[in-house]
Amino acid sequence: MEFKSILLTVIILTPIVGGILTLLVSEKLARSVALFFAVATFALSVPLYTDFSIATSASDSAAHTDFYQADANKRVIQFEQKIPWIKSYNVFYHVGVDGFSMPLIILTTFITILVVLAGWKVIQSRPKQYFSAFLIMNGIMVGVFSALDAVLFYLFWEAMLIPMFLIIGIWGGPRRVYATIKFFLYTFFGSVFMLVALIYLYYKTGDKASFSILDFYHLDLTLQEQMFIFVAFLLAFAVKVPMWPVHTWLPDAHVEAPTGGSVILAAIMLKIGGYGFLRFSLPIAPLGSMELAWLVILMSLVAVVYIGFVAIAQQDMKKLIAYSSIAHMGFVTLGFFIVFAIFTYNLAHPEAVKVAASGVVQGTHAVTKGAGLAIEGGMVQMISHGFISAALFLCVGVLYDRMHSRQIQDYGGVANKMPMFAAFAVLFAMANSGLPGTSGFVGEFMVILASFKANFWFALLAATTLILGAAYSLWMVKRVFYGEVANDKVAALKDLGKREFVILAALAVSVLYFGLWPDTIVAVIHDSTNGLMNHLYENVKGSLGRP
Amino acid sequence: MDNYLNNLLLAIPLAPLGGAVLAGLFGKYIKRAGSHWVTILGVAVSFVCAVLVFKYLVLEGKHGDKYETTVYQWLVSDGIRFQVGFLIDRLTMVMMLVVTFVSLMVHIYTIGYMKDDPGYQRFFSYIALFTFSMLMLVMSNNFMQLFFGWEAVGLVSYLLIGFWFKKETAIFANLKAFLVNRVGDFGFILGIAAVLLYAGSMDYNEVFAFAANKGFDNKTIEIIPGTPWSAITVICILLFIGAMGKSAQVPLHVWLPDSMEGPTPISALIHAATMVTAGIFMVARMSPLYIESEVALMVVLSVGAITALFMGLLGLVQNDIKRVVAYSTLSQLGYMTVALGTGAFAAGIFHLMTHAFFKALLFLAAGSVIIAMHHEQDMRKMGNLKKYMPITYITSLVGSLALIGFPFFSGFYSKDVIIEATHHLAQHNGTLVAKLAYYSVLGGVFITALYSFRMFFMVFHGTERMDEHTRSHLRETPWVVTGPLILLAIPSVFIGAMVIHPMLFGGFFGGAIKAPAGYDVLADIGKSYHGVFGFTLHGMLQPPFFLALAGIATAWYFILKRPDLGAAVRTRFRALAGLLEQKYYFDHLYQYVFAAGGRLIGRFFWRVGDVRLIDGAMVNGSARVVAWFSGLVRRFQSGYLFHYAIAIILGLLGMLTWLVWPLIKGVVHGV
Repeated sequence: MEFKSILLTVIILTPIVGGILTLLVSEKLARSVALFFAVATFALSVPLYTDFSIATSASDSAAHTDFYQADANKRVIQFEQKIPWIKSYNVFYHVGVDGFSMPLIILTTFITILVVLAGWKVIQSRPKQYFSAFLIMNGIMVGVFSALDAVLFYLFWEAMLIPMFLIIGIWGGPRRVYATIKFFLYTFFGSVFMLVALIYLYYKTGDKASFSILDFYHLDLTLQEQMFIFVAFLLAFAVKVPMWPVHTWLPDAHVEAPTGGSVILAAIMLKIGGYGFLRFSLPIAPLGSMELAWLVILMSLVAVVYIGFVAIAQQDMKKLIAYSSIAHMGFVTLGFFIVFAIFTYNLAHPEAVKVAASGVVQGTHAVTKGAGLAIEGGMVQMISHGFISAALFLCVGVLYDRMHSRQIQDYGGVANKMPMFAAFAVLFAMANSGLPGTSGFVGEFMVILASFKANFWFALLAATTLILGAAYSLWMVKRVFYGEVANDKVAALKDLGKREFVILAALAVSVLYFGLWPDTIVAVIHDSTNGLMNHLYENVKGSLGRP
Repeated sequence: MDNYLNNLLLAIPLAPLGGAVLAGLFGKYIKRAGSHWVTILGVAVSFVCAVLVFKYLVLEGKHGDKYETTVYQWLVSDGIRFQVGFLIDRLTMVMMLVVTFVSLMVHIYTIGYMKDDPGYQRFFSYIALFTFSMLMLVMSNNFMQLFFGWEAVGLVSYLLIGFWFKKETAIFANLKAFLVNRVGDFGFILGIAAVLLYAGSMDYNEVFAFAANKGFDNKTIEIIPGTPWSAITVICILLFIGAMGKSAQVPLHVWLPDSMEGPTPISALIHAATMVTAGIFMVARMSPLYIESEVALMVVLSVGAITALFMGLLGLVQNDIKRVVAYSTLSQLGYMTVALGTGAFAAGIFHLMTHAFFKALLFLAAGSVIIAMHHEQDMRKMGNLKKYMPITYITSLVGSLALIGFPFFSGFYSKDVIIEATHHLAQHNGTLVAKLAYYSVLGGVFITALYSFRMFFMVFHGTERMDEHTRSHLRETPWVVTGPLILLAIPSVFIGAMVIHPMLFGGFFGGAIKAPAGYDVLADIGKSYHGVFGFTLHGMLQPPFFLALAGIATAWYFILKRPDLGAAVRTRFRALAGLLEQKYYFDHLYQYVFAAGGRLIGRFFWRVGDVRLIDGAMVNGSARVVAWFSGLVRRFQSGYLFHYAIAIILGLLGMLTWLVWPLIKGVVHGV
């Protein structure tokens, strides 16, 4: 028990301590120290998965769902630690994980290792600061995912901006100043509203005067309050995800960021937006979410279709991948917010909730059937996108390190000179276009299946990703990798080095593994999904089916 | 639980996969010979296991009609089980045998065909991977795995069409193939989603049971609010859109002719014998669903009939030997689709099987010619090759006769049944669609014979039109090439007569394929079926036979007797010839409307939507507003004392006015 309760703190502190140490040691040692701490952090985070307890039966699962009830059952929030921090305001240092945050933490610690490796040779100016920034970033991001106190969360949330600001601002490209300021203002703009909402919620807890996020779930808020709170959170999270139309900071930030920065940005930071919806918007303001779900769904579908088209037109590889990220994240938000439409459908079609003979009953309310598929699909999509976008940005990094260009037109016939690299790139491009057998398929498939129940047109528009995703991913592959060797610079290319190979191979294995055995992720999400579904249903059932 | 069987079944897809992994990842170490040995061994194991399974389940009759097993659970979400598993019934077994046998032949043939290619190991890895994917597709017991196999064969097809990735035409063709297939998959995935919505399961068994229990009756879906459509019809049509992509039915056929850019062995394996028939297989597999919707079957029938006739016509004007065979494949796929549309699913599978053998044979024979001609594919530069390549000549003749449905050859039986089926259907329900389908497939017979023998005569007979250098090197290809030709020629002759009775009328498929409840066209044909000999004799008195003969005669007349006439006819019917040569302008439509339009929309959204509106007006716009505002505010802090003094005075005045205002108001009112 002792070990379990301090583990998260250790995972948060290890990379931060490592980051400070990296600054102190000599430049020669800095890389190894950074790698050691990155690996150590990952190793420490593995028990989060292996020791994570999940329900083993339907009744057990039902018991778990108490998490969202007032008498919190401690089995869903795990690895919990709570110490008083600012007593006069009842602020606690309160961390813990559930099925939503745990996979994201492991993703964070895993990707950080690859980022450290990717910068090994390339970063020659101020390497100590570079590696230190990423390690500290790692700790902060784990903090964001594990914070259960609103003040603590907000602190980590804002702190995250600083290392990223430095990473882009110092090691970035020529337009880095514009990009960093845009990035900073955009995200800061969003988060201010979130702060207001958090403070408002604090006052609403009344005598309890609590900043605990779990307490926020049980506030008695009017519809109007919920809508305001929802909008405030939406501004913060939509910018982070990013959702259309507040997405334009992302392509700029990616283009200017060094490879490692892009990887962290795409693989982890975007997920914080998606996670925010699960942790705050939906459970705190269920009615507000239901009322405004149409807006989020609209924004998500625009992201899939509109951004899909925009990605086709890109000439810069990093921009293309950035836009593809936005389109893929559209599935996440779509999955989270179609749940209400699914409830409505189930109410109108009682025969649709009948569980098939093979079905494992999940959730305590039949009316939620289908919603879990959507939420879990969104979660899987987040994890998968973490691997695939990281891989794609690293691939661009491999080319950029050699040719110092990200323009598609400067390439052509790379496969002739770098066959091994081309094989990886084709695999990741295929994963990006949602090929079954890769992790990219799982989340999209689940969300498309689930959205059919919500509305035929949602599914239809979402499914256009099959065509658009393939079009932009494979057209890029064609122009960059296939064809005759385009010019002398391409002719001089050397295939992957050992270090690059290891990085891409690790990601390739992950992409295939989670494509073939997605149950390894989905199984740990079930309890939290059930809890959330039931919580949402309990809160909105009075208003369902209302004209 | 039958461990013996389970292990056999597992070995069938995994053996080729193992070969693919070894040849793909370790090709550098195991060298060329090593990689062809591991993959051929893998596929051979797979074939032998498939035969053993056939013996065990059919000949020894274990486990009755079908056997089902789960390999592992892919995921469970919200009570819906997604798994990887096998459903082995008679339909699956036919497909397993065809796929593994043709694949084995193609593997052996490849040793000869790709002899000098630097990508030898990669090629073997791909075709073994294809075999794995195709087997996963046909052996699946659920929609998720079906989709997995479906997309995986698409991936390998993409990789193989673009195998020579330096060739601009090849990498254009593979992207085109993948994207057109994705358009089909777009419908397919929506169909799967609809199945899940209504039947609540991804497993075939449960979905079929749901359909059999009339679960879809009275279920409607309102895609356009206010107009309810039958759910099962929508499902079947959506699924069929997937089949149209994979099995290259009009209007999603455009990728198949271009796929000929890939090496010939894969044209035989993937783009003739197996992958392109996946759509046919899928519809037959879903027969329990399709029989619930007459409308959907009508759609299938019309699409098939259009493809059968109009794609055949295109074969008449091709000069590339592989493209003739490719259009012939399109047309034959149309025949299979027609069979499905009439409700004679078993006839569709029957034709699929015979076609797999004779079309693979024709492609491999064409490949043999191409090797001998030093990769020249233009038939106008061939001629009289029978003198140099006797084995290729004879086997090509066998393939061509089977293709045109000459009596006693396998294609005769399968094609005749399809024509009969449309005939019966047209007589039974008298609908225009059925009648037109009948005339299409009937007309298709003449066309098929014409283009087949046009090709045959141009390549193997007549004058020698190749250059001197090529002629001096002309010789029969080595045994690794001719061996598979002979092995494929044998079933191309005999398989039709051998299996027609059990497969179509003897209930071989059992419960795997359902017949429409209303009118079972195959049963109707079966009433007048009295043995294979009678069927053959009867067929020789029917129009299709005469049409085929007429086609051969016409080809002979135009190619060998009066070679000068072709040009004259072409000039005479210039408009028609132009239409055919431009392939009905489908490519133009897609290229200039959809592809260019998509790029245009993308650029427009980006330049106008993102850059000008969101960034220009909103983001930088608000930055400009802030800048403007702060510029304005800055003026207030000029540093001059009198500015501040005036501001203070103005402020004071303002405050005073505000304070005094009620007073003034009162005074005013008082007055």
